[in-house]
Amino acid sequence: MKIIPPFEKKPANVRSDIFVASRRDFLKVGGLVAGGFMLGVNFYSCTEKGKKIASLTPSVYLSINPDGEVTIIAHRSEMGTGIRTSLPMVVADELGADWSKVHVVQAEGDEKKYGNQNTDGSFSIRQFYLPMRQAGATARYMLIQAAAKEWNVKPEECDTDNGQVVHKASGKTAPFGDFVEAAGGVAMPPPDQLKLKDPGQFKLIGRETPIIDLHDIVTGKAVFGIDAAVDNMKYAAIKRCPVVGGKIKSYNADKAMAVAGVLKVIPINGGDIPMTIFKPLSGVAVVADNTWAAIKARDLIEVEWDLGPNAGYGSAAHIEELKKEIVKEGTVRRARGDFDQAKKNAKKIIEHTYVAPYMAHGMIETPTAVAVVKNGSCEVWACTQNPQGARDALAQELGLSSEKVRVNVTLLGGAFGRKSKPDFIVEAAMLAKECGFPVKVQWTREDDIHHDFYHALSVQRVVATIDANNKLSGWNHHIAYPSIGATFDASVIQPTDGELGQGALDFPYDIPAIKVETHDATSHIRVGWLRSVRNIPQAFAVGTMLDEIAEARKMDPIANSIDLLGADRSITFNSEIPKGSYPNYNEDIARYPWETGRMKKVIERVARDAGWGKKFAKGSAMGFAAHKSFLTYTACIVEVKVEGSQITIPNVYYALDCGTPVNLDRIKSQFEGGAQFGTSIALKSEITIKNGQVEQNNFDAYKIIRMPESPKQIHVSIVESQDKPTGVGEPPVPAYTPALCNAVYAATGKRIYKLPVDLGA
Amino acid sequence: MPKYSIQVNGSTHDVDVLEDMPLLWVLRDILGMKGTKFGCGRALCGACTVHLNDTAIRSCSIPVSAIGQSKITTIEGLSEKGDHPLQQAWEKHIVPQCGYCQTGRIMNAAALLKRNPKPSEEDIEQAMQGNLCRCGTYNRIKLAIQSATGQTVMG
Repeated sequence: MKIIPPFEKKPANVRSDIFVASRRDFLKVGGLVAGGFMLGVNFYSCTEKGKKIASLTPSVYLSINPDGEVTIIAHRSEMGTGIRTSLPMVVADELGADWSKVHVVQAEGDEKKYGNQNTDGSFSIRQFYLPMRQAGATARYMLIQAAAKEWNVKPEECDTDNGQVVHKASGKTAPFGDFVEAAGGVAMPPPDQLKLKDPGQFKLIGRETPIIDLHDIVTGKAVFGIDAAVDNMKYAAIKRCPVVGGKIKSYNADKAMAVAGVLKVIPINGGDIPMTIFKPLSGVAVVADNTWAAIKARDLIEVEWDLGPNAGYGSAAHIEELKKEIVKEGTVRRARGDFDQAKKNAKKIIEHTYVAPYMAHGMIETPTAVAVVKNGSCEVWACTQNPQGARDALAQELGLSSEKVRVNVTLLGGAFGRKSKPDFIVEAAMLAKECGFPVKVQWTREDDIHHDFYHALSVQRVVATIDANNKLSGWNHHIAYPSIGATFDASVIQPTDGELGQGALDFPYDIPAIKVETHDATSHIRVGWLRSVRNIPQAFAVGTMLDEIAEARKMDPIANSIDLLGADRSITFNSEIPKGSYPNYNEDIARYPWETGRMKKVIERVARDAGWGKKFAKGSAMGFAAHKSFLTYTACIVEVKVEGSQITIPNVYYALDCGTPVNLDRIKSQFEGGAQFGTSIALKSEITIKNGQVEQNNFDAYKIIRMPESPKQIHVSIVESQDKPTGVGEPPVPAYTPALCNAVYAATGKRIYKLPVDLGA
Repeated sequence: MPKYSIQVNGSTHDVDVLEDMPLLWVLRDILGMKGTKFGCGRALCGACTVHLNDTAIRSCSIPVSAIGQSKITTIEGLSEKGDHPLQQAWEKHIVPQCGYCQTGRIMNAAALLKRNPKPSEEDIEQAMQGNLCRCGTYNRIKLAIQSATGQTVMG
């Protein structure tokens, strides 16, 4: 068994060096007008003691021109979390800028300049909050030094506010623009003299700031991947092999070529098993004058496929196979105490099997990319979460050095993990190279549903033992699902530590015996990560089983969870992990410990907000679950009303602790959206596979929640904190499904062991 | 290829395209009006919603040959300055997350308000159920529509 943590690539403990940038540095960044005062930043990873472990070459992040206009680079992809607003906002707040005069420019993909840009893992705020503050504070320091010199006053008597330098004693104020030339000559502040603002001085951080793209979005001017265009661009649609790993035997394009506007038909020899995320699937592309001609002609191509070894695969049979596997002894991945002894001495044993399906991402903008390949270089425009991954994949495919590849990042019309895979961008580049003119690849919805990197199906078995003193004495969690690791390396047939670290290895409850075991599950399709990843099934099993344990102990579910969390303490899991380690979302567990006290606080808060314990009419009830993911503590209560097999959701309550809250509005919006996303997972979404082929085609069969079925009111409480901030994109999702299932049980007496919930079954 | 003369946002456009080309691709690829989005191609998600006269339609599923002399309005033509009451309410309540589905959604809501200026919560849910949002902005959409119609907002 190989263990490849899929999330290990991110740099930890990001620090920054700041320097005065040259005009040349600045001109490297597309779309910027150089002038005035420019600062660059080196991002680097370092050890706990501050020793640099990876140095990255300079980037440029901030300029102030003589008119006082501030330009800040956004180096993370915007897919709806608000990160394109929130990180520049942090710089602007420390700087004391006039936010209304700040321009944000999207960075191209360049690891040397920007460090890791892969926008996933609820990672951006966690890693870049401090460097961005330091960036803003450095610029403030230098402007103040320049102003103080000119005014002949002491720098410590000056401050910045709303785009001005201010000398309080004399009442002197002048805009930043007046000092930009002089500021460029000021010596950089020694790190120990760089003063960051006290939280009480913040004007943007910790408040509700509208996203910068708001007006462009509501007027249709925002540029997404689908909107990118270059001169002489043609349009492509691709008929891809319906089975992963299949190849083209032969094809007939006569009918396709007869469609008016069709220019070329081009076969694509895709990747082999394992597919990885870098290679496209095999297929036949039509390139045409417009999207419609390409799609229409694509549908007319007749292909004979060699479907390959996955042609016999079926998801229903796979689940049955895993149900048989899961009752055996597995590979022990975490062990505390003696579970077998706990089972022997148990007064009551509860045992259940939990099944969850494949899911597709279903972001409303399908994958789309534009590529220009000429003169030994490549430039693309794409809705990508991971521009550097795309750049490397393109360089590899085209045989170019990465310096010859430029990846421009558009807005992303939703992503949820799908758009961190560059396969669709590579398709565009392959076709552009073959054609000799720019090509845009447009995926249809059917393409997207049929050829996603799916959230893997899962089968889990949990055995819980309760002793004669009514204590939970043992917890045995068996897990089987195709690993994301198998998408890269077919020999991976058990979950990785990275996957198990999402709610299974980090089972935080203070009980004497814990045993987590994993089982073989081979992969037959492309498996990938979807918003909150393996936390989804693992929180479902853990969160619903805890509710059952509470019932068996004759305890209120919330009192049960608080009791099981035990004394306030910081947990490290590593001593109980026989091989490998607890990844803690790639953070040092000493810097970001698992603190039971913080979890108890959010549980108590959500109970108070929801009025937990109140009585409902028959058919209505509340359910609870709590789950830490991506270092953010989340507790959730869902209220349901069940009529027949119909479930409506009048209220959802969340309490969360994400450390310092940066943009209150976007934190709330992520949780509101998380509840909606969770409702789709719990009640609607399921991908099934027969003969190696996805059975659903479009949003009629692959269902996501619509407005009438959606939670009516979503209440979000954010714990006040000055602790290090953590991400909020994914943490709303995991606790939601078990909370909903527990509410359904409280309302109907029916326990849920299979997703999506089907009360009619 | 046949030629069509269609009315979009108050102007006449002559286009020379396949007769079964959906209006969506005429708008996007031929006329360069990209505020109307592709989402599903089968009238299941609402991202491509425009007005045909005063009715909301899914432009992905109506061929150009069926438009005739009907007046098409897209998000680009909804208001001169981007200040339709719904656009203002969308901004006030910071509705969008990724923003991709919102133009089709605003067009759908604008058609609703033309026929029902004070929609109830249920009216809104029924009228908007054809518009999918994967980010999950449904609650704020309801708030924005109610606030745009001068109604007391829920919650």
